[in-house]
Formats: sequence, structure tokens, C-alpha cells
Amino acid sequence: MGATLIEKIIRRNVHDDSVKAGDIVFVKPDRVMIHDIFIPFVADKFHEMGFKKVWDTDKVVIIYDHMVPASQVDDTRHFRRGDEFAKEQGIEHIHRADGICHQLMPELRYATPGDIVFGTDSHTVTYGGVGAFSTGIGYTEMAGILGTGELWIKVPETIRININGKLRDGVTSKDIILRIIGDLTAAGATYKAMEFAGDTVKEMSVASRLTMANMTIEAGAKCGLFYPDEKTAEFSGVPLDEEHGCFTDDNDGDYAMVLDYKAEDFVPVAACPSQVDKIRPVSELKDIVIDQVFIGSCTNGRLEDLRAAAEILKGKKVAPYVKLIVTPASRSVYLDAVHEGIMKIFNEAGAIIMNPGCGLCCGRSGGILTDGETVVATNNRNFLGRMGTSKVNIYLASPVTAAKSAVAGKITA
Amino acid sequence: MGKVFKYGKDVDTDQIIASQYLLYPTIEEMKVHAFESLDSEFIKCVEPGDFIVADENFGCGSSREQAPAVLKACGIKAVLAKSFARIFYRNSINLGVPVIICSDIYDHVKTGDEITLNMEEGYAEVAGVKYSCTKVPEYMKNILDQGGLLASLEKEI
Repeated sequence: MGATLIEKIIRRNVHDDSVKAGDIVFVKPDRVMIHDIFIPFVADKFHEMGFKKVWDTDKVVIIYDHMVPASQVDDTRHFRRGDEFAKEQGIEHIHRADGICHQLMPELRYATPGDIVFGTDSHTVTYGGVGAFSTGIGYTEMAGILGTGELWIKVPETIRININGKLRDGVTSKDIILRIIGDLTAAGATYKAMEFAGDTVKEMSVASRLTMANMTIEAGAKCGLFYPDEKTAEFSGVPLDEEHGCFTDDNDGDYAMVLDYKAEDFVPVAACPSQVDKIRPVSELKDIVIDQVFIGSCTNGRLEDLRAAAEILKGKKVAPYVKLIVTPASRSVYLDAVHEGIMKIFNEAGAIIMNPGCGLCCGRSGGILTDGETVVATNNRNFLGRMGTSKVNIYLASPVTAAKSAVAGKITA
Repeated sequence: MGKVFKYGKDVDTDQIIASQYLLYPTIEEMKVHAFESLDSEFIKCVEPGDFIVADENFGCGSSREQAPAVLKACGIKAVLAKSFARIFYRNSINLGVPVIICSDIYDHVKTGDEITLNMEEGYAEVAGVKYSCTKVPEYMKNILDQGGLLASLEKEI
């Protein structure tokens, strides 16, 4: 019997080819990421625990994204504390306004195939899109890693998901992952790895895979993994071989569950208020009038997402009562979108273009809503109270659905 | 003995403590917003020694350690749920908040019921009926007994 991708990645890290699902092992992370919300807590815990020096400064990345630019006076305290800690420890990988952590980690090649990466954020699972094992932890555990360079983990079982065939026009990887979360439910993959394969997945861009990996946490998964291929190797700047962490697919692991999907069966869907697993086809939601549209986040704020939205918005105007908020995922996505003329299209359509960062996704700034208002958003969570009051209706959908809805002023497939 | 606060399935960490309060400098300032979007009565009624009983997937969503931290600050003795989300489970143990898997109790209690928990023997008792709970593994029990990962690491050092 072969091994699952998560087993291969962990075996490489611990130098033990007998490791299998269910084992508890100590791994040495290749990289860790701490963002602005938790950096003061990590720094304080680190000192409280009696540590003096970070185990390996090159392996630590600090990213300010949730609170950039500051919207409350207290926010600046987090930046100051992060800067102090970076200076004190000699940490050079610090990004103060370059974009969302989960975009920057793979984009700047901090997370590459075969790596083990931990971050103080649940969407750290995103880097599974390039074949890295990455997952979220709390600030106390992060402080522990900074001091010791290791963390115990249980090797997760794997849910194998095969997707084959050709997607219909207008259906994106966001529609696929939303449907799968709906099928598995919000707890369906708890403690498990999700492993995606099949020719539909091979056809996808790295960006589309990052979108899917990003949302695996919404089914409770510990990680969501894609086998690296030529596209991944180019994206991550590594040779395509096992020595460099690009593992091949045995398709013969000891899977806890195998799901088979036909690409042709996917349709545009949305997660309805206020559960991520409450999935309905967009065609059943038509005529729901909306107040706002949000295109951005670590789920769908990449160039291909903005491109797909711009294609729909070209030469059109957003409905007069709708606020369309566009938030590129990183500085380089922003710049590429400018060069491609995408930002011009958004601007002429009447969009509000924000700085790269988390923006509205975490509900701290950038377009929060109030009781009775409805938003179509391309991010990953529609939890109660996430984007304002607990009486805001959040529909999660693809950038295509979001852009069409913005023009129509109501949910539209 | 403490009283029960009963919640449904998929209670996420945003509901336990919303993002906009995560920057409050102390847990004491944060805790008055616990469960604000889900149950505004919680903070008015909670007393040290009370329990949360929940359906499946308690604590799903973000990695915020403030979620178990505010429950601890509110004096919650333990959370008894059918299942827990992974990161919340680890964070709770690390902070010394007992998170107990107890499948049977959910359908038999309501908010306000009096409950006692016996972690050593692995049961919770309500109105004279005992409901079995999963025992906490030894390694985790040691962390819990010492008040969390921080205290336990300090003891090792």
C-alpha cells in the first residue's frame, strides 16, 4: 500500500518512513507565520515562558494584514509590539503593508512544496494549494515553537477527493469547494487531511487550488492538500522532484473516505446565512436584493479572481444602490491588475478599490454592514456577526457570481 | 456543581468572541462580549463553576485562543460537547480549560440545569442521571491539572 500526501510530507520532516495516520510525532516546522492580531500575545507568551531567543529567525515571518491601515487607535499598539519583537529577535521577514498573509506566504515562496508550516490563523491551510502541510495554531503554541523549534502533532487520516471532467463555463474552484463543504458539513473533515486529485484539479491554476485549500478548514480539516505539478514547481521556484518536496500521487493510501465528483455536475453555488455548509445553487437564490458585494480575501483576492470579475464588469455599471468593494490580496496582485487594465474596469464600473489586506473579511473595517443588509462576498466565512451586526446576511460565492450580482443588484448566476 | 448554558452545533469562535474585541488589551475587558451575537443573556447570568453543553463541532472557525481564554475568564468549569473543532480543542487544553466529549448529555439537558462533572471517572451528572464522557488522556490531563501548557512547561524547565 502507498502513502497519503500528508504521510509523505511528515515522513520527510521526521526522517521516518514508517510514520502513518494516527501516529503522534514531533515535527520541526520549515516556516511559521504570525499576523498582526496575535503578535503581541505571541511575544508576551514567549517571554513569559522564559525563552530568550527565537530558534531560527529565518523561519519566522511576521505579516500585518488584518488591521492595515489602522482603523482603531489601539491597532497601532500591535504594529509597535510586532516591530519591537522583530527588532529584538533580529527577524527580517516582516511585511507591514504588502497584503494578506495567506497570499504572501506562497507568493513570496515562504511556503513551498513539502514544507511544514504553522501560522496563528486558521486559514494557514491555504498553502496546501502548493503541496505544503500547513495549519493554524494558537498563540501559546506558537510561542512554544519560537522557543523550541518543534510541535507535536497527530498524523491525520485522509479524505481523498477525486474530481474528473471539464467544468462548465462560469463555474470556478470556489463553487467546487463550497459544494464539497456542503456535502461533508462544517464538521465533516474534523482532524482530517483532505487530498484533492483528478484531471479537473490538474487543469486548475495554482491560484484556484489555493482557493480550495483555503476553505478546507470550513469543513474542520487540519489541512487540504494538492500534489505539486509543473505549475506548482514554477510558481514555487523548485525543481519538480521528491527531494524538493514535490511528491507524486500513489492513489493507493489508506484513505478514511474517498469521494468522487464529476466536474460537469458542479454549478454556481453560495453559502447562505449564517453557515458555511448551508449551500444552495445560485439559481435558487435569484431575486434576493443586495446592498453590497465584496471581492477579495485570502480565498478569492488573487489576479485570476479579479480578472474573472472584471470580464463581467467591463463596460457595465454596478447597480446604483450597491457598494462594490474590491480588495486585492497583495501588492503584486494590485500592481498586475493595474497593468492589465483590470483596475480601470473596476473604477469605471463604480467599484470602491481598497488597499491589499484582509479588509472586510474579518469585519474590522472596509465596509461593515448593519441590521437587515445583505452582502455577496468571495471570502470564506459567513458567521453570525462577521461583517457587522448579527443581523447581516452574508452569502459566500465565487468572484463570477459576485460580479454578476453587483451589476444586477440582486443575487445572480 | 454549576449550571448549564446549552448551545447548538457549529458554534464558531466568532460567536464566542467576535473579531472586533480581540484587540482589547486584557481578557477581563474582552470577556463581557462573550457570546454577544449568539446569547446576550450569557454574560449577565454566568457564574464561576458553570458549564457549557453543546452539540457537534464546538469552537469551529478561527484559531483565536481568546475563545477558550474568555470562557476561562468567565469561570466556565468545562465545555461538554458531542465534538470539538481541532484548533479550539488544542488551545483549550493549552490554556487549562477542560473540553470533554460527551455525546449523550446534549439531548437531556437545558439551559439552567444543575450539573456536576467527575473527570477522573468520566461522567457528568444531571438530576441524578449519569452520562458517560470520554476521559481526558493522561498527557493532556497533566497539562490541565497544572493549569495549562505555560504552567506545565514552566514546571518542566
